[in-house]
Amino acid sequence: MAVASEIDGSASMSTAPQSPVIEAKGLDLTFQTNDGPVQALRDVNLTINKGDFVSFIGPSGCGKTTFLRVVAALEHPTGGSITVNGMTPDEARRKRAYGYVFQAAGLYPWRTIEKNIKLPLEIMGFDKAEQDRRVKNVLELVDLAGFGKKYPWQLSGGMQQRASIARALAFDADLLLMDEPFGALDEIVRDHLNEQLLELWARTHKTIGFVTHSIPEAVYLSTKIVVMSPRPGRITDVIESTLPAERPLDIRDTPEFLEIAHRVREGLRAGHAYDD
Amino acid sequence: MSAAVDPATRPGGAGLLSRGVSAVGRSLLPILVVVGVIVALWYAAAIMMNRAWTLDQIERRGLEMTTSEIIADTLSQERPVLPTPVQVATELWNTTMGEPILRERRGEYRPNPRSLFFHAWQTLAPTMLGFALGTLGGILLAVGIVHNRAMDLSVMPWAIASQTIPILAIAPMIIVVLNSIGLEGLLPKSLISAYLSFFPVVVGMVKGLRSPSGMDLDLLRTYSASGGETFWKLRLPASVPFLFASLKVGIAAALVGTIVAELPTGARFGLGARLLTGSYYGQTIQIWSALFMAAICAAALVGILGLIERLVLKRMGFAR
Repeated sequence: MAVASEIDGSASMSTAPQSPVIEAKGLDLTFQTNDGPVQALRDVNLTINKGDFVSFIGPSGCGKTTFLRVVAALEHPTGGSITVNGMTPDEARRKRAYGYVFQAAGLYPWRTIEKNIKLPLEIMGFDKAEQDRRVKNVLELVDLAGFGKKYPWQLSGGMQQRASIARALAFDADLLLMDEPFGALDEIVRDHLNEQLLELWARTHKTIGFVTHSIPEAVYLSTKIVVMSPRPGRITDVIESTLPAERPLDIRDTPEFLEIAHRVREGLRAGHAYDD
Repeated sequence: MSAAVDPATRPGGAGLLSRGVSAVGRSLLPILVVVGVIVALWYAAAIMMNRAWTLDQIERRGLEMTTSEIIADTLSQERPVLPTPVQVATELWNTTMGEPILRERRGEYRPNPRSLFFHAWQTLAPTMLGFALGTLGGILLAVGIVHNRAMDLSVMPWAIASQTIPILAIAPMIIVVLNSIGLEGLLPKSLISAYLSFFPVVVGMVKGLRSPSGMDLDLLRTYSASGGETFWKLRLPASVPFLFASLKVGIAAALVGTIVAELPTGARFGLGARLLTGSYYGQTIQIWSALFMAAICAAALVGILGLIERLVLKRMGFAR
């Protein structure tokens, strides 16, 4: 089913030869639960290239988070294959291939923002001076300079989530995996963070995998939108965005934007036909 | 809304101070009411319970007494069934402020066994040692339980079973066994208080060490953090608020443990010994003053722990 994307994917921005950062082939994952096996992912085929901003969208239980967790080696597939930077997810993790941003900021309340960002750096064995330098850099990157000495509770929800993004960026992973990072925030803060995230992506040239519930968020951010559907979790459509790289917030009122959003909605509806 | 706020209640500066004072004022009234009710009930109970002895005396000696004289007598007996608050307070004052802690005997200064401070210290020292031992043991057990499945399955049932045994039953055995191997004085009492205080620490620490969410643990997995790093950087700091909650329960239990250890063993000094000699000689006032001293000690220990808790949690950034 994912093959569809390759056909109309030609409209995407870059024509340079691209090396796949994530390559999934026939990926299956079945959880053994007390109520019997649950197929979280079935026959997922997907290629994510360097510099892509890929959104995963679909209803709860469609496996979008599970897929991200498989990439991060937090879950292990029961069938098929997946490579991250050409390695297994476990190897990739040991090589610090990715930074992971969770639904909640998950900052440790007993550490200041600065110390929270240092957490991965301490574990990965960076020396003190290097830690300080990196903390300063990423705090500027997420527009939190001057907040390093604050404790998490002294920051708003949006600022906390930005701090958690800074933490994921601190050790220079090329791949950023974000699991509904702005899901708990209100729409106005979310718009602002989306804008900042695009800016950050343009500046750092990271590859981003982004799970979301929101159609406008997915269309606004992505170069590629993966539409998924539940029971079993599978990909129903992969949409290459035709929007330009430069995206002001009001691009969301253009016909082009609405057309892509419409296609996403169609894809979601097709997936839901199973249920009712 | 904020424009209408009285300057005194506005946060910051003098407003904060006066707000604090008025908060004390507000909570003072209910406290006083409760204390007043308790004291009134206490007096009523003292009259009721001590009346029999007074009436008995009247009958034996063939005296004539008015009701108010009878009531006055019930409140001032030497060995009442229930002493009055004033009698207990007077005894407390006389045995603390009224007695030197040390007194001279045959040219040297020795502890004064009439001083309740001396007895309180005889109980407090083993309490604190036992509390320290119990806390240390409890933390170590909790760490083992959280990190080792075999320990999780095997230790916890024993820990629970240990607390179902009446301490009064095994305290003499522990003292006798330890005496026979040459351990006397502070340590046997401490061990019994440790026995009572380790349990809340185990329960609280197990809960605390397991308090990090799946997400917190996943985050460390994405950094390929080791078990040791997960413990020191996540589990241990996350358990600190839980630890303090159990320490407060544990220290009160440790004090009870020490007093209980003094009871069946014929200890000569300590609050437990005061309770025991008081009951031998029908000195109810002495018993009650020892009980109050124990309560004051427990309140002080819990209060100190609460203060340390506030300082530590504030320093760790938990406090808001």
